[in-house]
Amino acid sequence: MSEALRIFVPIDAAALSVGAEAVAQAILREAQERGIAIDLVRNGSRGMLWLEPLVEVETPEGRIAYGPVAASDVAGLFDAGLLSGGAHALLLGVTEKLDWMKRQQRLTFDRVGVTDPLSLADYQSHDGFAGLKAALALTGAEIVETVKASGLRGRGGAGFPTGIKWQTVHDAQADQKYIVCNADEGDSGTFADRMLMEGDPFLLIEGMAIAAVAVAATRGYIYLRSEYPHAHRTLQRAILKAENAGLLGDDVLGSGRAFHLEVRLGAGAYICGEETALLESLEGRRGVVRAKPPIPALQGLFGKPTIVNNVLSFAAVPWILQHGGQAYADYGMGRSRGTLPVQLGGNVRRGGLVELAFGVSLREIVEDLGGGTLSGRPLRAVQVGGPLGAYLTAAQLDVQMDYEALAGMRAMLGHGGIVVFDDSVDMAKQARFAFEFCAKESCGKCTPCRIGATRGVETMDRIIAGIERPKNIAVLRDLSKLMTDASLCAMGGLTPMPVLSALSHFSEDFDRGNHAGSSLLPLREKVAARSADG
Amino acid sequence: MQRYPAWDQDEARSIIAGLAHLEGATLPMLHALQEAFGHVDPQAVPLIAETLNLSRAEVHGTLSFYHDFRGAPPPARVVKLCRAEACQALGCEALVEELAREHGVAVDAATESLAVETVYCLGNCALGPAALVDGELIGRLDAGRLADLCGLAGASP
Repeated sequence: MSEALRIFVPIDAAALSVGAEAVAQAILREAQERGIAIDLVRNGSRGMLWLEPLVEVETPEGRIAYGPVAASDVAGLFDAGLLSGGAHALLLGVTEKLDWMKRQQRLTFDRVGVTDPLSLADYQSHDGFAGLKAALALTGAEIVETVKASGLRGRGGAGFPTGIKWQTVHDAQADQKYIVCNADEGDSGTFADRMLMEGDPFLLIEGMAIAAVAVAATRGYIYLRSEYPHAHRTLQRAILKAENAGLLGDDVLGSGRAFHLEVRLGAGAYICGEETALLESLEGRRGVVRAKPPIPALQGLFGKPTIVNNVLSFAAVPWILQHGGQAYADYGMGRSRGTLPVQLGGNVRRGGLVELAFGVSLREIVEDLGGGTLSGRPLRAVQVGGPLGAYLTAAQLDVQMDYEALAGMRAMLGHGGIVVFDDSVDMAKQARFAFEFCAKESCGKCTPCRIGATRGVETMDRIIAGIERPKNIAVLRDLSKLMTDASLCAMGGLTPMPVLSALSHFSEDFDRGNHAGSSLLPLREKVAARSADG
Repeated sequence: MQRYPAWDQDEARSIIAGLAHLEGATLPMLHALQEAFGHVDPQAVPLIAETLNLSRAEVHGTLSFYHDFRGAPPPARVVKLCRAEACQALGCEALVEELAREHGVAVDAATESLAVETVYCLGNCALGPAALVDGELIGRLDAGRLADLCGLAGASP
């Protein structure tokens, strides 16, 4: 098989969503009809999602990319000499030299799109398990020190220093400790976890195994959202392969250390991305948020010390162990060290995933890499950090991608998702949606979130209908302050962020037409307003 | 289009027993039952409670908390349509309106043959609007394709 030409067609769910499977089948058929021996590799996605399905061919000059390829293009591509990188309207050039790829600092996503996600041989020939091997030569405390030195902060959104969390679990005394991966990537606009789990699952397994070695944990769970069936299949197969190869199980890489890993599926509850709700769900209960303290690092899963980290946090660790904490910390700015896989989506011409050192401006990502809106209309708003993140204006795009810089403008980086909207967006409706989403997904434990979200929808409805706008906007601000200050977790606490950012940056949308006095208030509303006064 | 066998209490009991060794087994049990029968019948509640030494209220609480679990068999076609922000930016709400206007299909109101259900984010935010049908992810959805996925008469060729 070694002389067979290698052709790559992604098996990433996003690539499949625009026809990659049909393209793969067409290539196999075409090669067979022409009597050409090919080795079709189903890789992860390179992250240039607007070019999917992206077909690559291995040539002496490197891998050459074509895209976006439809099944009906395949015969023509073979005619044009696809196998030697022949010229064709869909020819993009050498993948590594494409502008999108060249601009990045791919540490975590180094292998994604390059290797066959489920080939351990491929993984190992691309530095796989170098981090775990390095970790096994260190004491737990030394591993924790290395992670601390890297400056890695939790990539799930909260940005808590990973090394400090690990230290707490390391220092705790218990008969059982757990490693839990939060793969409940529920924020709209984010898909880096999915791409990593589908494109390089062994990296996540390796990162979790390093955590287990560091804190002497023997069991781990990946809590995966049920909306990701492709990632679920890939992870299950990867874990099985890792067990068979002795990378997981009773004796990790012959070290005498045990680490057993399982994937558990969520069931469509956004709140289970909050770490304590996630733990409740793993234990088999309603995904209801726990009050902290105690923190999960001391009393987590089944009351035992538990590391709960995001997929991208664990996935950053093997590189850090292989190259050293300082090498990772050399990337980035301020207190945001290393790289961030940024996800660009929504109404954007070139959407996808780019891994960049912290510090790059939002404008560079949205305009240079993204190429503006897909619709071609003017860009009006950008939401950063998921449904709980702020809406920013085109004028605010010069902010740097950095936890503190965004926090300084009442926004947040979150999980690194960026959603672009054109000028057809109605920001009052977006503010209403933020409350509606919170009302649907609130776990119901604390009153500010459970009741506040519903009151928020009602208040927005009145504002949109033009009913006593100034008064209702005052109610909106008051309600937002209450939810921010008094909610138990980020769900209720951050829902006001998109609302208030929409109100302060796009106030004209809160004052559009439909002006009506209180006399037009429907009776039901009057009753509601009166009882609210009392 | 998946067809499911009718609920079978004995089969359910054996599925539950097969997972009883897991830590925090409730969700894996509920998922396994739904995979086998397309829904989780309320009769499963006492079975799980007994197996895991939990109260029925606890099991019912878990079952009723999560959006995924169905109390009755699903229609022949289930289309999960993303209506989160990234898909909103690409007009998913217009798709919802068109479904109602052109085909009289309301989202989140299942009929015997079709359910179009709201989901929030399928992780396909750069290629939206997105839907998930029979475990298959679909990107760059337009009105014609959506009608097609819903099996609606007069849908695009």
